[in-house]
Amino acid sequence: MALIDFANPTRFLRFVDRLLPWLVAVTAVAFAFALSEVVLAPDDYQQGATVKIMFLHVPAAWLGMACWAMMSVSALGTLVWRHPLADVAAKAAVPLGAAFTFICLVTGSLWGRPMWGTYWVWDARLTSMLILLIMYLGLLALWRSVEDPTRAGRAAAILTLVGAINLPIIKFSVDWWNTLHAGSSFSMSGSAIDPSILLPLLAMAVAFTLLFITLHLGAMRNEILRRRVRSLRLLQAQTAAGT
Amino acid sequence: MTLGPHAVFILAAWVVAAGMIAILIAWVTLDYRRQLRILADLEQRGVTRRSAAATSAAPAEEPA
Repeated sequence: MALIDFANPTRFLRFVDRLLPWLVAVTAVAFAFALSEVVLAPDDYQQGATVKIMFLHVPAAWLGMACWAMMSVSALGTLVWRHPLADVAAKAAVPLGAAFTFICLVTGSLWGRPMWGTYWVWDARLTSMLILLIMYLGLLALWRSVEDPTRAGRAAAILTLVGAINLPIIKFSVDWWNTLHAGSSFSMSGSAIDPSILLPLLAMAVAFTLLFITLHLGAMRNEILRRRVRSLRLLQAQTAAGT
Repeated sequence: MTLGPHAVFILAAWVVAAGMIAILIAWVTLDYRRQLRILADLEQRGVTRRSAAATSAAPAEEPA
């Protein structure tokens, strides 16, 4: 089956119904492994036990940004290719991206208090992540304020593509400005993180990503069903009005 | 496993993350049940999609 076949919502629903139970199982196993690695991970020589906050903070930050990047591709799908599932994918991703960005900001704040002595500083990385959360909330409001999903999808797609400018700003903020936030621990030459910390971090990142995919497919399925309900209600209203 | 002097911050971070994830799972699960219930209710009242009616008359792939 080619990728284009999933443009048919009914086929996509059938595919999701078959795939979701397996994805739920794989995600549960991934979390079980990742959490056991987190429990066994040693304290960091500088951060102490607060490194355990990083096992949540880093995957949540990665997903908050990756979700917007995925929504940007979906936005192109809506505006350029008019793929019928593109705005479904984008709409379903918004609450998930907002939630992971929120987790990133709160866990970062809770890490900052014991490590930096403050919950918040207006540094470039933190501020650009807060802007990302505000943009997610703006998209949520936009989707709710326009009743017709096709019109809402186009407006949301434009806002998403404009907001994508924030992604490189978040990524390179620690290089472009002097920030309190640590620089990137990953480079082309490898990772600066000790393997005893890196393994649980990567395991949590994989588990979070699987969770995101599972929830996103589930939310997409719900959105397709919601649109069916909407079209049936319109049909019912037309029938009742005798048109 | 000991969490040291900053245990409150570590536990708070994990509780917030677990709470948010639980909310997301509940939202997706409950919303799915709700949409299915509404669709079943509409179907019971005889409101069905034209493509679904055509499928039941002559099984074929329905259009998007």
